[in-house]
Amino acid sequence: MRKLVAIIILSAVVLTSCVEEDVPGLQNTNVSLNFKHDWDGTNVSNTDFNTIQYINENTDELSIEKLRYLISDVTFHKANGQTIVVEGYNLVDVTNDENLSYVTPIQIPIGTYSNVSFTFGFDNTDNIDGAYTDLNSTSWNVPGMLGGGYHFMQLEGKFINNVATEQGYQYHAIRAVDNADPMNLVFQDTFFTVNLGEVIVHNNSSVDVKMNIAEWFKSPHQWNLNDFNSMLMPDFNAQVRMYDNGQDAFSLGTVN
Amino acid sequence: MKRVLGILIVIMMFSCSSDDTSVPQYVPTPLALEIPTLFEQKILSPVIPFNNPQTVQGVALGKKLFFDPILSADHSQSCSSCHAPENAFSDASQFSDGIDGVFGNRNSMPIFNLAWNYDEKFFWDGRVFSLEHQALQPVENPIEMHNTWEQVVDDLQEHSEYPNLFQLAFGTTIISSDLVTKAIAQFERTLISGNSKFDKYLLGIASLTPQELNGFNVFMDETKGDCFHCHGSDNNPLWTDNIFHNNGLDAVFVDLGLGEVTGDPADNGKFKSPSLRNLAFTAPYMHDGRFNTLDEVINHYSEGLQNSPTVDPLMKKVAEGGVQITTQEKSDLKAFLLTLSDYEFINNPEFQN
Repeated sequence: MRKLVAIIILSAVVLTSCVEEDVPGLQNTNVSLNFKHDWDGTNVSNTDFNTIQYINENTDELSIEKLRYLISDVTFHKANGQTIVVEGYNLVDVTNDENLSYVTPIQIPIGTYSNVSFTFGFDNTDNIDGAYTDLNSTSWNVPGMLGGGYHFMQLEGKFINNVATEQGYQYHAIRAVDNADPMNLVFQDTFFTVNLGEVIVHNNSSVDVKMNIAEWFKSPHQWNLNDFNSMLMPDFNAQVRMYDNGQDAFSLGTVN
Repeated sequence: MKRVLGILIVIMMFSCSSDDTSVPQYVPTPLALEIPTLFEQKILSPVIPFNNPQTVQGVALGKKLFFDPILSADHSQSCSSCHAPENAFSDASQFSDGIDGVFGNRNSMPIFNLAWNYDEKFFWDGRVFSLEHQALQPVENPIEMHNTWEQVVDDLQEHSEYPNLFQLAFGTTIISSDLVTKAIAQFERTLISGNSKFDKYLLGIASLTPQELNGFNVFMDETKGDCFHCHGSDNNPLWTDNIFHNNGLDAVFVDLGLGEVTGDPADNGKFKSPSLRNLAFTAPYMHDGRFNTLDEVINHYSEGLQNSPTVDPLMKKVAEGGVQITTQEKSDLKAFLLTLSDYEFINNPEFQN
């Protein structure tokens, strides 16, 4: 009998020792968010950078030389109020063509979701100064004198200023801070939730997330680059305007 | 029953085995990098190629090669001739002369913390991928060591010590350029600088003077120095982004830098941001060593910027020459920058010949 037990145990060991990882259940799947960029409908990629070819709402002619931004906490909302929060973040780096696709690190049940959302930037819980080694390594930090934490977006390039000369701009979005009194910083939240709307998740679904870069300069604040081009991080009003304008920058694209 | 049990045991023994042969293979002794505490806490792990792990014997061999003039055609220059430990493995001269007395046109880059160059683009213009490949170039550069790898390998192969050292490091006495550069890269990865006064300040074991603290604020203030966008911060102890920028040195380029490598005019005049560590030892500054002092460097960013089509948008107020910081702010900034110098690093006996 003991031999029989030993054989059974050994057999079990042999049979299980080389088993591959479980095949995911058919009900769950990874979802890929693909970040696409345009300027009022014209596709934008890094091959379009470094040339002054865009005109913003204020009729400023401009180029893009750098674009990267952070999204976090992708959330799948069921019509019944249930949510699946995908903890984590993705630094979309258009300049280097990196992280333009973000595959959810957890599997999502196949089905219909009344809304898929994410946070533009970090909410205050996640915006922990120096906490993320990958973001520190790519110099994504915000100085401690501005409250620390991380950038939400870096959009940089050149524009033709009002004396017809090329000039640099740095449209850097962070949590708005009034640092008039360095010992008493006053913050206003400028992360925001992007709601993409209804998404039907199939097996290995691919969801396009579109960002119209022109929107950052359009509405409700017509952005005059002659007035707001540099040193915008400590500019409380500029940060609030970025927050306002960013609300309409994202939309849902193709879902497969 | 015993036969069945025996078969099962045999199956179990072989069911997951690899293709290992029964002949024991020589394995050099693994050597972990000594990663500074702040690096562990703040940034990603260093890049160590899977096909060139750090070993005691490999590092020792790499060190010997680094300081050995046998790599040059006339056996007069070693890597250390242009990368001296007392200069944080840079050259105190603006340009370095090769074995034929011909000078280059770029300042010798300092060598430290290279394992944290995540994109692995090396040289001022990023023309080489990986530290191992970087080490290939100076040997054959006609204005540097002016040698051939064939000759180097022959010389090393005939040497009384090297074949045995390669045996110890790589398990073979057959020397190749691939193994030479692997060994040098292993040594270079051990050149880690992470113990400056500012590091100690961040670790709570040293204090900064009010002037140094003011200088740090100038460094981090987007309306003043705004150095942090390219040169790290208290959260990035590399003090560089290892990215290529046109920092407004010239209106017309004599040296295209990255543009020469990529062929893209948008990259003209771009050079890698150097680390701001060890500035006390690495003068002169910039890719062409044009500035002899830190004061000149700071003056450049404050009021000396030159406009050009590829000047980085982060170079603020180019039309006015720069960010226009005050004399006091310049002095404070310089005081802070010098706190990033690591005297333990340049005096580390492990890094001396």
